Amino acid sequence: MSEKIPVHISRELYEKAKKFIEEQGGFQSVEELVEFLLQEALLAEEAGPAEMSREDEEKVKERLRALGYI
Amino acid sequence: MVSRPHGGRLVDRVARGGSRRRLLAEAGEMPRLSIGDGLAADVANIAHGVYSPLEGFMVQEDYQSVLHDMRLSSDLPWTIPVVLDASPEELAGVREGDEVALYHRGRPLAVLRVEEIYGWDRREYALNVYKTLDPGHPGVARLSRRKELFVGGPLLLIEEPSEPFEEVRLWPKETRVLFEARGWRTIAAFQTRNVPHLGHEYVQKAALTFTDGLFINPLVGWKKPGDYRDEVIVEAYQALIGSYYPRDSVVFSVLRMEMRYAGPREAIHHAIVRKNFGATHFIVGRDHAGVGSYYGPYEAWELFREFPDLGITPLFVHEAFYCRKCGQMVNEKICPHSDEYRVRISGTMLRRMIKRGERPPEYMMRPEVAEVILKHPSPFIEEG
Repeated sequence: MSEKIPVHISRELYEKAKKFIEEQGGFQSVEELVEFLLQEALLAEEAGPAEMSREDEEKVKERLRALGYI
Repeated sequence: MVSRPHGGRLVDRVARGGSRRRLLAEAGEMPRLSIGDGLAADVANIAHGVYSPLEGFMVQEDYQSVLHDMRLSSDLPWTIPVVLDASPEELAGVREGDEVALYHRGRPLAVLRVEEIYGWDRREYALNVYKTLDPGHPGVARLSRRKELFVGGPLLLIEEPSEPFEEVRLWPKETRVLFEARGWRTIAAFQTRNVPHLGHEYVQKAALTFTDGLFINPLVGWKKPGDYRDEVIVEAYQALIGSYYPRDSVVFSVLRMEMRYAGPREAIHHAIVRKNFGATHFIVGRDHAGVGSYYGPYEAWELFREFPDLGITPLFVHEAFYCRKCGQMVNEKICPHSDEYRVRISGTMLRRMIKRGERPPEYMMRPEVAEVILKHPSPFIEEG
C-alpha cells in the first residue's frame, strides 16, 4: 500500500460511518470505508458514463457505416 | 427491443481522455502483471461490457458463488469463473488496495485495483466447472497451468489489444445500436467455433424464420488442436452469408474469447454474453460447448431450465440431418423416417474429408464454404 496522509471529515459523519460499520460489518475501520468509497467513486468517474450520449451513438453509427454494417 | 444487459446496465470500463493519459503515465510505476492472450481478451471483454455486470476479475465471494451456485454473490446467474491468476512471486509486495498494471505483449493494457488476493483449489474448480478431473479434458489440462493465486478487483482498460479481425469485430454497444438501427425487436444469437455446414445453416435459418434478425458470433482465440483456425471460420462464414443469407437479416461479427469446453455451464455463459450484445434469443444445439463424451448431448438444455431468470430465451434446436426420404435437411422432431434414410453430418467426418483434400458433398457443405476451407494450406490448429 502507498504512503498514507490524513484527511479531515466532520465528527458527525465519522460517527455515522462508525455506526454503519458496527451494524453492517465488512470494514475494519472508518478509514477503510472512506478509502473504499473514494476508490469506487474515482473509478466510476474515470470509466465515464454508462449511458451512451447522442454523440457517442453517432460515432458508433459512423464506424458501423464504415465497416458496411449499415 | 433488444435485451437489457445482464444486471441491468452495460458496463463500460474503458478509460478515456485525461484519465487514460494519467493511467498510462502511471502504469509504468505500478507493480506489473504480464498476461497472455486469453486474459487480455477477458480484460477487453470486461471493459467493453461483454461480461456485464462484471467490472473486473472476480473476488473470492463471487468465485465461490459461481463455482457452487452458478450465480454471482448478487444472485445473478453466472456459470464460468472470470479470474486473473498470478504467482506469489509476481504478487510480492502487492497489497489489497494497490493498483497494478496489466501488461500484454510488453504493452500496458489495463489498470486493476486489487480488491482481493486469494488462493484457489484446482480440484474444486475442475469438478464444479468441468465435472471431471481428467487431464484429457482440454479445459482441465489448461487449468493445471494456471498460477496459484487469483487477483480480484475492478479494472480500467487503457489500451485496446490488437485485433486481426477488427473489421468484423463489434462490441455490445455497437451491436445494440446496429440492431436498433435495423429495427430488430427479436434477435437470435448463434455461437460457434466451427466452419458452417448445412446442419448449422438449417438451425440458423429455422431460428431466423421466427425472429427479426440472426446474430452469428463465432469465437476467435485459443481453441484445442484439431479445431478450425480462426481465419478459416471467418472466411467460411463470409462465403456462406454472401451467397445464401439475406444481407439485412444477418449480423456477423467475431468475439475474442477462449473456449473452455465446459459444456452445459459454458452454454449458459455463452447465452449471457450474447444477451449483453442485445440478443433476445440464443440457439442451443446438441452438446453445446462440449468435447468428447464428458457431457450428455442435451445436458445443456436441462441446465437452462434451472435459470428462468436468465433474461434471454434459449432456442432448443434438435440436431439437423439430411433425410433421403424427405429429400432435405430435417431434425428428429419433424422427420418420421428411420435411421436408414438419415445422413448425419458429423464434424469429425467432415474434418477427415478435408484433411484428405476431398470436397464434402453438397448436402453436407456449401461448395463456396468447402472452397474456402480446401484452399487454406492448414485449416486446422496443430499441436504445440
